[in-house]
Amino acid sequence: MVEMTTQQMRTVYAQTLVRLAEKDKKIVLLEADLMRASGTKLFKEAFPDRTFNVGVAEANMVSIAAGLCTTGKIPFADTFACFAARRAFDQFFISANYARLNVKLVGTDPGVTAAYNGGTHMPFEDLGLMRNIPKLVIFEPCDPVSLEKLVQQSAYHQGCTYMRLHRYAVPPVYDEDADVRLGRGNVLRDGDDITLIATGVVMVPEALKAAELLEQDGVSAAVIDLHTIKPIDAALVLRYAEKTGAIVTCENHQIYNGLGSAVAEVLSENRPTLLKRVGVNDEFGEVGTLEYLMARFGLTAENIYEQAMALLETKNG
Amino acid sequence: MEEQELKWFREKAKEIRKLTLDSIGYLGVGHVGGSMSVIEVLTLLYYKHMNVDPVSPRKRDRDQLVMSKGHAGPALYSILADKGFFAMEWLHTLNRGGTNLPSHCDRNRTPGIDMTTGSLGQGLSAAIGIALGNRLDNVNSTVYCIVGDGESNEGQIWEAAMAASQFGLSSLIAFTDYNKMQIDGYISDVMSIEDLTAKWVAFGWFVQRVNGHDVGQIDKAIERAKMEAFRPSMIVLDTIKGKGAFFAEGKLNNHNMPVDYEIAKEAIRRLDECGE
Repeated sequence: MVEMTTQQMRTVYAQTLVRLAEKDKKIVLLEADLMRASGTKLFKEAFPDRTFNVGVAEANMVSIAAGLCTTGKIPFADTFACFAARRAFDQFFISANYARLNVKLVGTDPGVTAAYNGGTHMPFEDLGLMRNIPKLVIFEPCDPVSLEKLVQQSAYHQGCTYMRLHRYAVPPVYDEDADVRLGRGNVLRDGDDITLIATGVVMVPEALKAAELLEQDGVSAAVIDLHTIKPIDAALVLRYAEKTGAIVTCENHQIYNGLGSAVAEVLSENRPTLLKRVGVNDEFGEVGTLEYLMARFGLTAENIYEQAMALLETKNG
Repeated sequence: MEEQELKWFREKAKEIRKLTLDSIGYLGVGHVGGSMSVIEVLTLLYYKHMNVDPVSPRKRDRDQLVMSKGHAGPALYSILADKGFFAMEWLHTLNRGGTNLPSHCDRNRTPGIDMTTGSLGQGLSAAIGIALGNRLDNVNSTVYCIVGDGESNEGQIWEAAMAASQFGLSSLIAFTDYNKMQIDGYISDVMSIEDLTAKWVAFGWFVQRVNGHDVGQIDKAIERAKMEAFRPSMIVLDTIKGKGAFFAEGKLNNHNMPVDYEIAKEAIRRLDECGE
């Protein structure tokens, strides 16, 4: 097992790919001149003939990956999430998904983690775009432990996947032997009064901190890591809707078309439940440090706490 | 090629042309122009150069073809039916609800189709992926790709051109169906792609340019391209959009047009008569 606490997410990702590739010749990697960012140089060093860098040509990269699938390969293709989703959307939609192939697309630097690259590189809409692709599996690991497990599972999922990948080091949320599975949300903390549903490296820790703040005010908050946005674990969402009667979703993404919307869809059709979506409120990104941007867009424990308290006021009449 | 052999291919191309006109006419509408213009090259490929097996359409060591200009599906379907990949009757199901023969090539619906295409610009990249996969697996097959001239407006075609050259994909042989027309008019009026051969040469490909309806010239060009060991090949085919269909040949509206079945039958009759 890799040393989790100090490893960067991208290193864990690359090492996981290397380990997969050691056992399976079908695993290949594609890059669009962002190897330096995705940390996959060590894959290239281990498997130079299975690494294909197409330069700054994301559309080409995705369709090439699709072609590789037809020969039985399992291609992982990385670029910044903004380009993976926006720029190469038609290629991923048609060459990969419509053609029912097996491309594992990875978008790095999700949402505010794009930081100094600023608004042009700050994807707040990638989950929304991707959710429209039929049958696509979409997930966002919140820590290195779940990252490793979910990447391994996605490699052997029959069909395309899209993963958001943060580059840098984040503390582990899960134990090494935790049961983390694609399509199944994880209850990180149980509670009775309200449920915080979060995804990703930014919002899962913030939701956990918010739960602590709520506890200080005598509120028992459950926290769920809904790492797989599609297919959504509707059963888990509804179980906690039933149990707590109020849900706050927390995403490093627009409040449109992402996690919050996915949860709203499940609730509205099955068990309408009080819901508040915490995320970016219909704005473009901008430049700043991660901390600055989290505060700027309300992606903080304090904001989750406030929204939760407001929702509870409505709930308790 | 001997004259005898050339004659065989010309006859076969005519047969395929007739099947395609019948298929589109039976439906009443279709991509006549761009289907007619690729018939000679497809005939040479599927009846001579490509190692394919209708009984084993996905056999690993087969030669493959990506119809990047996916709307020319009807021409390819006629050949696949004739070769026994599926029943001839299917040709009359073109574009009907629930069909296995949609307008744009679909590898999941049609036996013998190697890649799903239709959104222009993506097929050449997919062909690169296939060639790379073959190389990794030491499969010595050739990957063919047919690109449209209007399609060559798409930036992704040139991303692929760069990459195929960079990767030295000598097993990749592409064709441009240079029929000089796109939907809104002549290529030269809408968005010129000249100097086309110079462009491909500049991208590092081995380039030839031939009469796209002369089976002898096409055959020689393919043989020559197969000799390349270090770079991909582009064979620019000078063609006529709608070639062989009297009602459509050279007409600007022939990209996707209504076709009365009686008119299609008349076109077939004229092909029989003129011995073209």
